[in-house]
Amino acid sequence: MSTAATTETKPAAPAIEKIKVKVDGREIEVPRLIADWSGKLTPTTMIQACELAKTDVPHYCWHPKLPISGNCRMCLVEFGTPALGPDRKPVMNPDGTPKIAKSPRPAIACATPISPGMEIYTKTPAVKQMREGVLESLLINHPLDCPICDQAGECKLQEYSVDYGQSQSRFVEAKVHKPKAVDLGPRIMLDAERCILCTRCIRFTRDVAHDDALGIINRGSYNTIATFPGMPFDNNYTLNTVDVCPVGALTSKDFRFQMRAWFLKETKSVCTSCATGCSILIGSREEKIYRYTPRDNDAVNASWMCDAGRLNYKWIGRADRLKDVLVRGQKSTWTAALNEVSDKLKQAPAGSVAIIASARQTNEELWLLSKLKAKLGAVSDSIARIGAADKLLVCDDKNPNFNGARLTGMCFTEAGINLAQIANGIEQGKITTLIVFGENLVKHGVSAKVLGEKETISEVVEQHSLTAELLAKLDTLIVSDILPNETTKLAHYVLPGCAHAEKRGTFTNTDGRVQKFMKAVEAPGDARAEWEFLHDLVHNVTGQNRFVTIEGLFNQMAKEVSAFNGLTWQALGDTGVTVQI
Amino acid sequence: MAQEYKLILKHADAPGYTPDIECYLRQGGYDALKKALAIQPKDLADGKKLSGPEQIREDVKVSGLRGRGGAGFSCGLKWSFVDRKSGKPIYLICNADESEPGTFKDRQIIHKDPHQLIEGMIISCFANDVKLAYIYIRGEMPEGAKILNQALKEARAKNFLGKNILGTGYDLEMHVHRGAGAYICGEETGLIESLEGKRPYPRIKPPYFPAILGLWMCPTIVNNVETLCNVKHIVTMGGAEFAKLGTPNNTGTRIVSLSGHVKRPGYYEIEVGKATLRELLYDKNFGGGLRDGRQLKAIIPGGSSSKVLKAGEKFKLKKKDAEGKEILVETDMLDLPYDFDSLAQAGTMSGSSAIIVMDDSVDIVKALANLSEFYAHESCGQCTPCREGSLWMNKTLQRLTHGEGRASDADYLGKIADNIPGGRTICAFGEACSWPVQSFLAKFKDEFVAKGAADEDRRAKEVSAPEQKQLEAAHH
Ligand SMILES: Cc1cc2nc3c(=O)[nH]c(=O)nc-3n(C[C@H](O)[C@H](O)[C@H](O)COP(=O)(O)O)c2cc1C
Ligand code: SF4
Ligand code: SF4
Ligand code: SF4
Ligand code: FES
Repeated sequence: MSTAATTETKPAAPAIEKIKVKVDGREIEVPRLIADWSGKLTPTTMIQACELAKTDVPHYCWHPKLPISGNCRMCLVEFGTPALGPDRKPVMNPDGTPKIAKSPRPAIACATPISPGMEIYTKTPAVKQMREGVLESLLINHPLDCPICDQAGECKLQEYSVDYGQSQSRFVEAKVHKPKAVDLGPRIMLDAERCILCTRCIRFTRDVAHDDALGIINRGSYNTIATFPGMPFDNNYTLNTVDVCPVGALTSKDFRFQMRAWFLKETKSVCTSCATGCSILIGSREEKIYRYTPRDNDAVNASWMCDAGRLNYKWIGRADRLKDVLVRGQKSTWTAALNEVSDKLKQAPAGSVAIIASARQTNEELWLLSKLKAKLGAVSDSIARIGAADKLLVCDDKNPNFNGARLTGMCFTEAGINLAQIANGIEQGKITTLIVFGENLVKHGVSAKVLGEKETISEVVEQHSLTAELLAKLDTLIVSDILPNETTKLAHYVLPGCAHAEKRGTFTNTDGRVQKFMKAVEAPGDARAEWEFLHDLVHNVTGQNRFVTIEGLFNQMAKEVSAFNGLTWQALGDTGVTVQI
Repeated sequence: MAQEYKLILKHADAPGYTPDIECYLRQGGYDALKKALAIQPKDLADGKKLSGPEQIREDVKVSGLRGRGGAGFSCGLKWSFVDRKSGKPIYLICNADESEPGTFKDRQIIHKDPHQLIEGMIISCFANDVKLAYIYIRGEMPEGAKILNQALKEARAKNFLGKNILGTGYDLEMHVHRGAGAYICGEETGLIESLEGKRPYPRIKPPYFPAILGLWMCPTIVNNVETLCNVKHIVTMGGAEFAKLGTPNNTGTRIVSLSGHVKRPGYYEIEVGKATLRELLYDKNFGGGLRDGRQLKAIIPGGSSSKVLKAGEKFKLKKKDAEGKEILVETDMLDLPYDFDSLAQAGTMSGSSAIIVMDDSVDIVKALANLSEFYAHESCGQCTPCREGSLWMNKTLQRLTHGEGRASDADYLGKIADNIPGGRTICAFGEACSWPVQSFLAKFKDEFVAKGAADEDRRAKEVSAPEQKQLEAAHH
């Protein structure tokens, strides 16, 4: 079973010819072709060569994941190519090196392909002067309202001004005034005066989101970003334009004026709103989450995430979070509750326990549950969440870890096929103990009779016959959840759990990408990471070893679950590893 | 004495000449097309064959024809860059956007002799395996568009256009597309974007060279109206004969638009380089001299984008002496032969061959402010240096011409202009808007400084007058 299932699924890259170029006098070898914004192999550009040479070329309009437009001119560099004689052969210097013909005109590094023997000069006085010129031009009509700008601290204009700007502007004319708070759409505000017209936002929505919603109106210095009249900028990816905007022109209505960017702590995490599992950063301060932003991960989400996922964080800070351990409605302690539950489970006759796991739990948690399941001979399942998919990122599976639930054996190729059996078991009194994680059964519970009358699969996919009446028949209902609901109300034991932002763990996305996420904020009250208390429970019930750390837990799981064989917590890195699913 | 030489305008202004096809046919119209279509494949020494179209392309190279739109680039060479192996269709576009201030030559052809253009285009299309061509005409020329559409209809009816042209199996369709009123649509890649229905943002080169990735990302030829008309005459005369017109490397004729302070402004067709600026301004065949009692101050020699020439300026021109050796000859600006290379040697260009004459009544600062306003209005605003620089220069010049100047504005303006040209921008508009400023400043700096200084003086007095009163009041 331990054959390496953990292979990167990328096809072996074809051998690409390398060519030698010089960047500021340093020779490096770079591939002749590099993947462009869309992943297509295209001739390597100067800016890519400079990046490989670890030489920074300042840029505004260029973005590795957007088509090239070449409009800001910040990346202008000087260059030369080997001089050719009349015989089209390279001309040599007396010392045998090829003579370089320096181009009389500069070139934009972002769009100019390299050629063998090319020399790129990024630090000459002329280059410095051109950058200063561009920066001065960008600043003359800029409002310079950094103190009240949301981009401050993350602004490329601020950053390069420090590096290339003149401390005193020569500009003595009246500035061009443009609209300051334009409502572009339900989630986006535009400050047209701050806009440097780099067109990143236009290219993103046109070429990546395939919604040609933004454009430029007017001419020359009066150019302004706009939507079509009466057509708000409203697709499920609009907030990515805020990320690509190099200045503070586009702001998220959700985030604007909420928090200065430099106060935010950024934690690497994963979005849990669908099975794509976009890599994200959680921006938080003092145990409060302020925003999610996408994090680069070419195997999952490139540099993007959907608006729905991005804005789905507020529930984590809800005031009515489950904060207390409850035993039959009374506030209790973890030790007392876990001891009681452990005793019950140890005494439970084989087959009398059922487990409903959640595909929103982590791989580690699901694996721990599978240990209980094995020991207790329990029936188990989980609940499907199906919605609409799109062509870019959004997956129709709204659970972040269905693959994890499946690979750990907590459910089967189709979630929910055991639910009827569990309902029957309860009905017939065979199943007397039910463990439920993160699923509000009552919400989707309808009587078996009604269920039987439904005709289409889509109508029943999230439904089952585990109704409140049925749950009331149980001797023991153990529920762990994050927010209170009808099911937690019925529970004999309520074990308050954590949002992913409050713990560490891993998910396996729809393509089998195993990604880890880190803890951004503390959980409220007595709420505890599920893997921690599950681990105690498993130890109590099965006598298995304790794995005190998440690393140890993951690595042990990787040894035991065949799909994860060969993985280590460490090797997952920031962007994860794809396993065969 | 220099003479007009009417090749392109041979018929346009002839009495009784009308733009309809019957009139054109009576003057031997479409004979060149028939000749072109009938060219037989030629056997080469190495056993290969040169097709008719290939022979025309060769002949255009031999003719030395240079583009009449502005840059003066070799037409034959441009055609040779076309990617003929891509498997994609090749398009030809006639640039009839004629918007460069001072230029009014293409419209003469379009309004008066549209079939000459269409015939030149059909031959050019045939020579380049083009099946679909466009005439992109300036939006402000609705009458021209109407005339061209009518002419296309007539040409179609006679099967000079359409399927199986004159029974040769060659198909070609041609459409007129009207611009919407932007100068930048004359820049060939801006034009292509506009033709594709987009904002006319010029494209970056590399990678979007029209000959490779032009209209709809297919190989595309963009030529000026006058350039394409010349192709007809190259076929009629033969490239070698054509090359005898004009001067070496500056072959053929050019229609010069002459405007400003001369007695006889208008358009004049000359053999390239066969008339000097002096002749064009002063000869009675051409400008007929300045207004009485006026002295020449400056000439803008090649459309408003070209660098200004100051009266009395001297240049060292390369000439060949009796033994054929290259020598430098000091030449007064008025004695510059009006051609591509001499004007380039004088640090300017013949551009769209539009000469704007300014006599000593001209306030040079106001003249530049006028041009600058045009460029600030026409910058497409895509790239930073031109977008911000063009308006900045204009604001400065408007200030300077509205009593708000400073003596230091000349240097200030120069620094702004220096940040725009030389490959810093996406298209040559960057040069077009900054060259006038740079050259006016280089040659007339004292006038800019004086104007600013006078403003400063006046403002100082305006401020001091009330202060003076206050002082006096305090003493009483
Ligand atoms: C700002 C700008 C405006 C231009 N306007 C025109 C124009 O109105 N008509 C024209 O023929 N060429 C114009 N050109 C030149 C064209 O880009 C192109 O070089 C020309 O059409 C090529 O034709 P030719 O080779 O036959 O001259 C302009 C160029 C620039 C940079
Ligand atoms: S709004 Fe931002 S991203 Fe869009 S063009 Fe302006 S500066 Fe660029
Ligand atoms: S696509 Fe899915 S994982 Fe990505 S941000 Fe949207 S909801 Fe979250
Ligand atoms: S140089 Fe001026 S006209 Fe040309 S692309 Fe740039 S902004 Fe537009
Ligand atoms: S990064 Fe904007 S032009 Fe290259």
